[in-house]
Amino acid sequence: MAKTVVLPREPLSLSERTYLPQIVTGLKTTFSNMFKEKVTLQYPEEKPIIPKNYRGVPTLVKDPNGREKCVSCQLCEFVCPPKAIRITPGAVSEDDNSRAHVEKAPKEFEINMLRCIYCGYCQEVCPEEAIFLQEEYSSSGYSREEMINKKDKLYELGGTLPDSHYKWDKKKSAEDDGNDH
Amino acid sequence: MLDFELLFLVGLKVLFALLMIGAVMTMAGYSVLAERKVSAWMQGRVGPNRTVLPFVEYIPFLGPYLKKMGIFQPLADGLKFLFKEEIIPGHVNKFYYNLAPIVALVPALTTMVVLPFGEFFTSDGESIPLMLADLEVGILFILAISSLGVYGIVLAGWSSNSKYPFLGSIRSSAQMISYELAMGLSLLPVFLWVSEPGTGAMGLSLVDIVHSQGNAPWLLLVQPLSALIFLIALFAETNRLPFDMPESETDLVGGFHTEYGGFKFGIFFVAEYAHIVVGSAIFTIIFLGGWHFLPWVADPWPSTWVGTLIGIGWFLAKTIFLIFFFIWIRWTLPRFRYDQVMNLGWTKLLPLALLNLIFYVLLVTWIDQPAS
Amino acid sequence: MGSNGNTSSITINLNGNDVDVPAGINLVEAAAIHGTEVPHYCYHPQLSVAGNCRMCLVEMGNPMRDRGTGEPILDENGVQKIGWIPKPVIGCGTNVTPGMHIKTESSMVTDSREGIMEFLLVNHPLDCPICDQAGECRLQEFATDYGRGYSRYVERKNVKPKRTRLGPRVTLDDERCILCSRCIRFCQEVVDDDVLGFVDRGSFSTLTCFPGKELSNNYSLNTVDLCPVGALTSTDFRFKMRVWFLKESPGICTESSAGSNILVSSREGVIHRITPRRNDSVNDSWMADSGRELYKSVTNEKRLLTSSVESQKCDLSSAINSAVTFLQDKKLGIVGSCHSSLEEQYLLTKLAKTTKAKKFLRGHFGDDDGILVSADRTPNLRGTLVTGFSTKYPTDDLTEISEAIDKKSISTLLVVGEDLFNSGLTPDQLKGVSIIYIGTHENATSSRANVVLPSLTSFEKSGSFINRSFRLQKFKQAVPGPAGLLPDLHIIASFLNALDQEKEQTSDIVSIWKQLSKSSTNPLHKIKYTDIPQDGIQLDSTRWSDLDFVEKKAMHFSPRKLNKVTQN
Repeated sequence: MAKTVVLPREPLSLSERTYLPQIVTGLKTTFSNMFKEKVTLQYPEEKPIIPKNYRGVPTLVKDPNGREKCVSCQLCEFVCPPKAIRITPGAVSEDDNSRAHVEKAPKEFEINMLRCIYCGYCQEVCPEEAIFLQEEYSSSGYSREEMINKKDKLYELGGTLPDSHYKWDKKKSAEDDGNDH
Repeated sequence: MLDFELLFLVGLKVLFALLMIGAVMTMAGYSVLAERKVSAWMQGRVGPNRTVLPFVEYIPFLGPYLKKMGIFQPLADGLKFLFKEEIIPGHVNKFYYNLAPIVALVPALTTMVVLPFGEFFTSDGESIPLMLADLEVGILFILAISSLGVYGIVLAGWSSNSKYPFLGSIRSSAQMISYELAMGLSLLPVFLWVSEPGTGAMGLSLVDIVHSQGNAPWLLLVQPLSALIFLIALFAETNRLPFDMPESETDLVGGFHTEYGGFKFGIFFVAEYAHIVVGSAIFTIIFLGGWHFLPWVADPWPSTWVGTLIGIGWFLAKTIFLIFFFIWIRWTLPRFRYDQVMNLGWTKLLPLALLNLIFYVLLVTWIDQPAS
Repeated sequence: MGSNGNTSSITINLNGNDVDVPAGINLVEAAAIHGTEVPHYCYHPQLSVAGNCRMCLVEMGNPMRDRGTGEPILDENGVQKIGWIPKPVIGCGTNVTPGMHIKTESSMVTDSREGIMEFLLVNHPLDCPICDQAGECRLQEFATDYGRGYSRYVERKNVKPKRTRLGPRVTLDDERCILCSRCIRFCQEVVDDDVLGFVDRGSFSTLTCFPGKELSNNYSLNTVDLCPVGALTSTDFRFKMRVWFLKESPGICTESSAGSNILVSSREGVIHRITPRRNDSVNDSWMADSGRELYKSVTNEKRLLTSSVESQKCDLSSAINSAVTFLQDKKLGIVGSCHSSLEEQYLLTKLAKTTKAKKFLRGHFGDDDGILVSADRTPNLRGTLVTGFSTKYPTDDLTEISEAIDKKSISTLLVVGEDLFNSGLTPDQLKGVSIIYIGTHENATSSRANVVLPSLTSFEKSGSFINRSFRLQKFKQAVPGPAGLLPDLHIIASFLNALDQEKEQTSDIVSIWKQLSKSSTNPLHKIKYTDIPQDGIQLDSTRWSDLDFVEKKAMHFSPRKLNKVTQN
């Protein structure tokens, strides 16, 4: 164990005991601070710079061909700690050429922004890379209903993100010209 | 039988009084703005810069500048206080609860009656001080009335029937009593010094104090210790940080006005700043030469109405600097603990003021001994 | 499971520990008894062993004996040597023998499992996000537990047809099939309806229906439950809900007196599917497709949701009050129901005793399929016998009542669930009769009734049924009932309390059971509700052996055996 060393304390001089020099030093410090650059961000006019990997409002994204990526596996609904996500799964009709091989798509997708805690688990868990927390951070509305983001709104907020896999396209090409019977 | 001349005089005085109230209240309001702006600057922020009257913003250069400086903020704050819902908590003593803000504001405004803020020269070259009432015992009046302000705080704390206001008001009254002594004692040497022996006419008039500093050293330089003690006591009397005992929002929520809201709180707020304005003015008069230019320098302005205006302006400038000083101190020093306040008042300032008094008594006696 | 005393116990060595297991079982079961999992796909305890998935490979060895003399070969320590078979054997196809050594955790076993998993996954699509089996998929589970964790397969995967319709209720996704043949064996062995088979060879092997046939038997959905992967999917449940959201609660199928054990899967008070629950004395692991549809009645539009008096809607308590005034009629008749739980029938019997009412009962009969849909289409006909509501076997009508009405001995009827108008009674006959109806759904009787008291379905309440072989089985509330509705027990108990102010009748099941099990002549004697095991209790039925039950011989049921069963 380290030994406790008691440092001797210098007795205060008379001027120090009046505290007046210290007060003057303090006054100097505060005065000089008045002329330094201000750090306030004038919010609605000036927006903060959003860092990379910022977790804003959760959104649904489409692939570069404009097709929805979500297959309504409901993992995000499962993992969501505040239970903000609600998905009604649906089937893709067999006539839909671009998506028929995916079979499943959300019929309705709701994220309750009053419940969402922006934890990003949904993005992390998504096996299809369909849900992303993007830069948008300010959402407001006049009623509770308005604060529930429906599927349309989610796709509008999400836009299109690049896709490095095209998983379902690969599957389709295998089906079209692969080891078929 | 009506004495019309007297009526006219009374009417004139009332008009002046109203003007003065307007001036002091405006200064109090803008002190609030100054407080917010200065604290913001000292903390690297920008302070209030959003409020603006309609269309003013479109005036080139000036409009945006006024907005940036928050010039209209006190207006908005005042309106806000006016239009807020008046809530009277169920547990209060209603009469005293309503009375307290008035009792707090009235002494703050009454003290300005004897404040001289300039002088006017008649065509004969005679100097007439600008003030509402030239009392021979001006300083006594000020000491007497300003300490009445504590009644407002005590009443507010007691009638609120709640623990934090009660603690705040107890602290406040103890603090007032403690520092009143030092304040009074620190002023005695000043008047001893000013009253030249033999003339006899010199009393406790504030006008004479100012006159004695014209073309002469300011009393700040003659009696620095008195000035220091008076200044510290002034901070304590106006409940400013670091002597913010009655309010001390960190430990007493809102202190004596915890249970107050709306316009009644606004009155307390304004009263506090009115105290600061009046206090600054008194310090200017007694120690900073009032409307006189600089120590040892004769006023460079002519003895006409122009000189009067410049004098008033100079007086205002000194007062405003002091107000700034009040704010500056507030955002520099932390609050004392209650026991530290008491300790400072009774064991440091009071003996110091007594020693100071004894020293000047001896000094003045020595100087005044007839040259035999 | 567990030994019933007939099978002898033998000792084997499992992963280095000597353990006792019943003779005649295979290695998968033997390991399971001692808490060791041997992963398997094709093996099912209630189907024949096919041994084609190879997932259950284990290492096996037997004590060595000299071939010539039969003397045990000992090692230097004097312990009999073990002759390990150099290659792994399948656990499902190997039965235990005394002294057998098996290893389920050796490196050879681990390697074998990894290899098998790799082969199974070679052509398996990455469908998990859209696959209904995800979450209860053996392939997912074993890939996690025993798989390699990554894929070495870079070639293109095989593609097979998706969305193949095998029958009206089953859809096949061929890509996901791992060719375990459980479904084929089920159709052959349990339903005796040979419709499924494999065609083509190697990686082209495909499950399909025989030409001209489809998988339309009433047990087709069991193949979906059997399927260890997501190849066979229920067309009804397809894409409806992920299984990890479902809360399962044990229930009893009310379709017929077979009393299949079921699991009711619900999410947030909405039932999404019904699957069989294993009970080796009743339904093995199967149930009829028709029974799986029953949950749809819960949200049926004909569901009674509000109580009413003279067709005027009112709250439940005032409806009960006006029902009580009707019940004070001296010429009261009570029509019980074989659909009611045992406890409800008991309270109804008590009510009949209090009001001195005549008791009537109707049976509902259909065809017996010889498996799990019996001729008696009610779950609890035997409950009416045990509780004493009825002493004779009911007929499929209520003509008894019409005789009583004609004799003017009935002027008020309390009807539980039955429809008088399709039971042989005419509107003219019932003209002067007041009717109180307690039931879950609208029918002709409920629209004619003076007081209608809505009640809860068997999914929304707890209770017990007695099945065709006099097996007492309890079911648990799976979902909350519609707002404002109370269980039948509560309604009948409040009748009793209003009619007989002196004796407080509780509506709590456990307390009712205390009254039920009091009589020593009753087969329920000394049974506590909380002690009824999940797979039920066999009751003594000798008292009713002379009744002419309609059920035919079926799975785990023989009409002749009824007389012989005695309570242990």
